[in-house]
Amino acid sequence: MGRLFLVKGGQVPMTDIIEHTESKHSEPKHSESLTRVVIRFAGDSGDGMQLTGDRFTSTSALFGNDLSTLPEYPAEIRAPAGTVHGVSSFQVQISDHDITTPGDAPSVLVVMNPAALKADLSRLEPGGMLIINSDTFTERDLDKAGYTENPLENDSLNGYRTVLVPMTSLTKEATVPLGVKPRDADRSKNFFALGLISWLYSRPTESTFAWIDEKFSNELVRTANKAAFTAGFNFGETTELLDHRYEIEPAHMPSGEYTNITGNTALAWGIVAAGQLAHLPVFLGSYPITPASDILHELAKHKHFGIRTVQAEDEIAAAGLALGAAFAGHLGVTTTSGPGLALKSETISLALSLELPMLIVDIQRGGPSTGLPTKTEAADLNIAMFGRHGESPLPIVAAYSPAQCFDAAIEAVRIALKYRTPVILLSDGYLANGSEPWLLPDPAALPDISVEFATEMNHIDDDGNPEFWPYLRNPETLARPWAIPGTPGLMHRVGGLEKEDGSGNINYTPENHSKMIHLRAAKVAGIANDIPDATIVGDEDADLCIVGWGSTWAAIDAAVQRSRRRGTKVAWVHLTHINPLPKNLGAVLKRFQKVIVPELNLGQMTRIIRSEFLIDAKVVTKVAGLPFTALELEGAIIEALQDPPTAGDPGVVASSVLVSGDSEQQGAAQ
Amino acid sequence: MSDTITITTKKDWTSDQEVRWCPGCGDYGILQAVQMLMPELGIARENTVFVSGIGCSSRFPYYMNTYGMHSIHGRAPAIATGIAVARPDLDVWVVTGDGDGLSIGGNHLIHALRRNVNLTILMFNNRIYGLTKGQYSPTSEVGKVTKSTPMGSIDPPFNPLAVALGAEASFVARTHDLDRKHMMEVFRQAHAHRGASFVEILQNCNVFNDGAFTDITGRESRPEMLIDLKHGEPVRFGKDNQHGVVMGPDGQLRIVEVADVGDDALLIHDAHRADPSLAFALARLSTDDHSPTPFGVFRSVERPDYGSGVAQQLLASSAKKGPSDLKALLRSNGSWQV
Repeated sequence: MGRLFLVKGGQVPMTDIIEHTESKHSEPKHSESLTRVVIRFAGDSGDGMQLTGDRFTSTSALFGNDLSTLPEYPAEIRAPAGTVHGVSSFQVQISDHDITTPGDAPSVLVVMNPAALKADLSRLEPGGMLIINSDTFTERDLDKAGYTENPLENDSLNGYRTVLVPMTSLTKEATVPLGVKPRDADRSKNFFALGLISWLYSRPTESTFAWIDEKFSNELVRTANKAAFTAGFNFGETTELLDHRYEIEPAHMPSGEYTNITGNTALAWGIVAAGQLAHLPVFLGSYPITPASDILHELAKHKHFGIRTVQAEDEIAAAGLALGAAFAGHLGVTTTSGPGLALKSETISLALSLELPMLIVDIQRGGPSTGLPTKTEAADLNIAMFGRHGESPLPIVAAYSPAQCFDAAIEAVRIALKYRTPVILLSDGYLANGSEPWLLPDPAALPDISVEFATEMNHIDDDGNPEFWPYLRNPETLARPWAIPGTPGLMHRVGGLEKEDGSGNINYTPENHSKMIHLRAAKVAGIANDIPDATIVGDEDADLCIVGWGSTWAAIDAAVQRSRRRGTKVAWVHLTHINPLPKNLGAVLKRFQKVIVPELNLGQMTRIIRSEFLIDAKVVTKVAGLPFTALELEGAIIEALQDPPTAGDPGVVASSVLVSGDSEQQGAAQ
Repeated sequence: MSDTITITTKKDWTSDQEVRWCPGCGDYGILQAVQMLMPELGIARENTVFVSGIGCSSRFPYYMNTYGMHSIHGRAPAIATGIAVARPDLDVWVVTGDGDGLSIGGNHLIHALRRNVNLTILMFNNRIYGLTKGQYSPTSEVGKVTKSTPMGSIDPPFNPLAVALGAEASFVARTHDLDRKHMMEVFRQAHAHRGASFVEILQNCNVFNDGAFTDITGRESRPEMLIDLKHGEPVRFGKDNQHGVVMGPDGQLRIVEVADVGDDALLIHDAHRADPSLAFALARLSTDDHSPTPFGVFRSVERPDYGSGVAQQLLASSAKKGPSDLKALLRSNGSWQV
């Protein structure tokens, strides 16, 4: 370990295009086959790391690998260049088999400047490969990153396979002769890194060239990026620093047509599909907020689906627009993140009282307050469940993987429409920006979620005349009729004041209020009969059951698989419906001695399970703005099983993942 | 949806709900004017929606036999925007008050006006919070002694019309609760206007702010205090039309005696002027309720309405991209076969 390679820029032979290189080297370097690799690109926010990671991901997806991604970027659009808080990174795991997580510790870390090294070195696995843009390790940049000593010149990188590449100067050499200004050449250095990693992992290059052509309208920029990419690729082939390359075969995935998709895109498309499946025009009221804005951007592109998107004056108005549209007969949707959900609370209560369908999407981020706008957390469960005044239950659906956001959106809309209720759909920053390959569904096989508007009078008044009662319920679903403006004879008034069951007239009597409170609660509770039962993954006869919800799915899946391969028996139930919970859940969980709930909060679901079922569920908590790693949850499983029986223990915390920036390895369960 | 309009009467537009405002409230007169006007507008009840926020005035939708929503304090313009943009075929009315529209819901009001959403907004201005039993409102005068301002309010009030004009409203008018004919005429014009129409109605709260407008709207005071604006006509008023309004060389409006300046010097009201500064000056001619105050339509200009803009983009997108195709959408970021 600790081999340190140094290259001087001028010594590397540069060639124009890849084919030439390959023909020059009669014996291409040999390849080693890998089953999977985790690569992390890290650089300054201005270095284009998200673009680089995205492109590498797309190439790998098209090549047929299974993959999962974790983009991480600062909240500042341009944090002070070269500083640690300006570091933007993109982690991707690619494999030849089914995977669900972006990987725990990367085996390859590409760093474009000292700050990126400082921020992300602790993530790299011991002995991992460190590819460094050595040009940036100047006194000034070292100083900005807070290094007092050049880490390339001391022994701090011992323990890693370090490859120093002067990417900036090599990019300049490749692009300046083509007419690119030296200053502009610097901007293409991420393509050099992409080219080098593409060579190292034997990625096809055609699609990247085609993408560069499509993405960049400026011809000189296109030329520069292609030249930088080629230079990086050829550098890999010719440099003596890298004696061989790697191959990761396509994964054996179920046959069919795939696309690579992020959670926010899948969620937006799920809303598009839900509108089609319900035969209703979609109306999105939204206010820009990270990390939800991409759903607004995506839906705004699809007006030919009859989708109206309005960027409202504030979060409250955004919810109001959606509710107004729902009253008028549209599929009303509003999208936001935690702080916005807080503002929408009053409107959601009105929707609940009006008993109109509405979809509220919350892409959770680190809170409270502005918190960590670009980092993930799943701590809005409490506000989704309880964050309204009065007795105001509503259904909650939680998405669990980027691609599954599509199905989750359709399911949330199905419930909203059928039961005439606002539904909160929870996703989070990790799902929103993370991506994975998605086996495309056949639109014809998607569920029909259409509902009928009321067109006829439904009641006879005391004088024997027909009349319309807006709160006369469907006895099975307890849903009220949805009579939209424009329907003759069914004119009616709804409002936030308590209304009489049936007639909908204002009614303040004790009996009626009590009845309405119970009816609204019964309606939501009854949805339990209309959702799938909880099912156990893993060992039915295990002592330990893991309850998961939301994006913890990926890490739990990996941890359960690994534990079971080691011979540990473990069961797992993953919840997609948060309110109401599956009606068999209590009975299922009571079969296990121990129940742990990994959550990216301090135990919000754990408390619901404890109070609902009087089960001694314990939380495995992590609140670091990051998803769980599989290793952390493997550790939590071991710890839970080692634990003495928990009778009499009043605590709810099973284990707590504390993340220390200085640790060599992100902490396992502690 | 019905295509034919049947002839209706006021009774057809009146719901079966008992009206529950305080006896003597100015709101009764406004409700009466609206219910009497509706049959004259040639619109269908089922295509009409009244949306309100919270406050005394906001009970209004319950009394109209149309579709209606009594919503959240301040939020009616936002909810009504959702209805109007979703369904440009509907007649959407917003009923709000000075607290609902200018305090808690000020943001939604100015943005509905800015966007020129096709709404008819009736703002009942009684310069007080009635439903919460008498606190000062954003239109209460400085010094107003109420339960929440026992030493007198120190907040300078909003001028509702100036706010609306500042928000680029395309139709701005003022009327008052004691003149049904005037109300009906102003409401008629407001309804006919495509886009956002804003009407301030001076309305007496006989319980918490009785007589606030008597000096200008009282039967005896009206001739000398109400300046009836008529598009294209000189701005003049008084028992014998002896007073008038002129614009001074400094751009300021002044009330003068016509005999002193001559007919030709009078300001000619132009509600259709693209530039709102004249309407703004008229809106600010009176700064209290004890001096001559202009009424009528201050501004009425054509501007694209928001809902039509949204609908046009939908059509343009369909023309460009063809019919919706979910299968194609799912493949739009590239796909591969396994």
